[in-house]
Amino acid sequence: MITEKARERLKSIGIVAEKARSQVNNIGVVETRYFSFDELMLESGEKFGPVTVAYETYGELNRNKRNAILIAHALSGDAHAAGVHAGQNNRGWWDEMIGPGKAFNTNRYFVICANVLGGCKGSTGPSSQNPKTGKPYALEFPLITIGDMVECQKRLIDHLGIDSLLAVAGGSMGGMQVLSWLVKYPAKVRSALPIATAARHSPQQIAFNEVGRQAIMADSHWNSGNYYSEALPAKGLAVARMIGHITYMSDVSMAEKFGRQKKNSGQPFKFIDYFEVEGYLRYRGNSFVRRFDANSYLYLTKAMDNFDVSQERPLQDVLNGIDAKVLVIAFKSDWLYPAYQSKEIARACKLSGIEATYCEIDSTYGHDAFLLEFEQETHLVSHFLKKVFFEYEVTGSYDV
Amino acid sequence: MTYENIRIDHRVILELVEPRSTVLDLGCGEGELLYILIKEKNVRGQGIEIDDRAIYKCVEKGLNVFHGDIDSGLSEFSDKSLDYVILNQSLQQLKHVDSVLNDALRVGKNVIVGFPNFAYYKSRLQIFFRGKTPVTGSMPYQWYETPNLHFLSISDFINYCRLKKVNIKKSIYLNEKGNISLLPNLFAQTGIYLISS
Repeated sequence: MITEKARERLKSIGIVAEKARSQVNNIGVVETRYFSFDELMLESGEKFGPVTVAYETYGELNRNKRNAILIAHALSGDAHAAGVHAGQNNRGWWDEMIGPGKAFNTNRYFVICANVLGGCKGSTGPSSQNPKTGKPYALEFPLITIGDMVECQKRLIDHLGIDSLLAVAGGSMGGMQVLSWLVKYPAKVRSALPIATAARHSPQQIAFNEVGRQAIMADSHWNSGNYYSEALPAKGLAVARMIGHITYMSDVSMAEKFGRQKKNSGQPFKFIDYFEVEGYLRYRGNSFVRRFDANSYLYLTKAMDNFDVSQERPLQDVLNGIDAKVLVIAFKSDWLYPAYQSKEIARACKLSGIEATYCEIDSTYGHDAFLLEFEQETHLVSHFLKKVFFEYEVTGSYDV
Repeated sequence: MTYENIRIDHRVILELVEPRSTVLDLGCGEGELLYILIKEKNVRGQGIEIDDRAIYKCVEKGLNVFHGDIDSGLSEFSDKSLDYVILNQSLQQLKHVDSVLNDALRVGKNVIVGFPNFAYYKSRLQIFFRGKTPVTGSMPYQWYETPNLHFLSISDFINYCRLKKVNIKKSIYLNEKGNISLLPNLFAQTGIYLISS
């Protein structure tokens, strides 16, 4: 209990308000946990191990264990999808969507998010120590696939004692994992929510990833991946991230955010970050270097490029006979993962007899929209999940 | 829910559809008709709708909907894969009526079409005496804001079916008060047809 005066003072510095909000809507303090296993058979046929999976969970698993939802993160994401870590204040990457009363309502569902294999946020990846050499794997790390990431998640949910998932959801690379789950483990997935994603990369998507990889590999500090005890390929990774950010935004969202505003009043031709947009890209590039591993960037983008959920067959062929409900979401201004790719997924679902809903959210944010348009996403996701969870055909109480 | 609360055209369609059949509603709007069909007839229903807000309402009801343009075709459905394809009050708003109807007849064993009759006598009177584009209960829009692209009459549709060798299995004519049978091209506000290829 605090005095009114102290409360006012705390309010003025934002602590009380923050606390009150976290009680109502947010999960609060969360912790990353780790699960390890000895060996994994990769899709390439190679055996790899040991593997550690970093993960977080939110909410409680119910008695019949049928309320578990797996969230799959995108390229630069991690297991920290919601809440805050003790002593820190950065919220998880999908905090707006996961929590009590939110789209992924933790009062009702048990939500799991794991860092992908090949990542650099606690799960085994190229920056992890190779037990055979005592040094980081670097390029000794095997080529991994989206399916291998899913295999690790499958081991994790087995470990958590979950037989079937109420839903698997994710955007971008996360959406690829969702599709892979659907095809690899159809009996374990009761619903799937692929968001702003593709069944396979188009040449344009591969091309952007390749430019990012080339930027990293052109950095002399990259040193064929062996940079862990020396200077990092910071410039290369920053450029890769800058390219990424351009593709995640749209013409309109860039114009709205930056216009032609100038960051510096100096001479325009001195190659400083003269425009706001230049400053933003430099800032984003540089801050990415501090939190992401360049080799992980190479491996993960390669996994995305190599992904083809139907292995060159028609998509509907691999979806045939699957008894899951699917909600496909795309965004109008997303030109990196254009809506036609999501439509193709929804169409294939229909052709194979899967109950599917497709929605194209009207947004100007480009590909970033899946992390930003949470109001519309919340509406779609929460109603869709309710239908799957309560197993109804249409709502009972609806007044026509 | 009582039948009295249901829109009159919806009530007619509800009676046309066999229980536990599969239904695709083209231009399903907020999904009222689909909802009733699922509730009352246990159909397996899905819809296609172009309007964002209507899609959100459909998802709220628990319906399976595809956000898109009917005019771009029904490639996601194989031949005769559905018992009913419904085009209720959406036909006159399509760009490519002929190709959409062909596609509907291809994927559906039956097609239900409902549209406002442009030759309704009140419309005729408005044109004849006032010299104005008619505004009626079934076509309540001013010329500058109407979503309707085509203005067809009961006779036009019957001729179309004859020309394209489309089989009319049932026809129901409605005015504001209910069913009518006398001189439908003059007295019906709305025509509802059960057709097949």
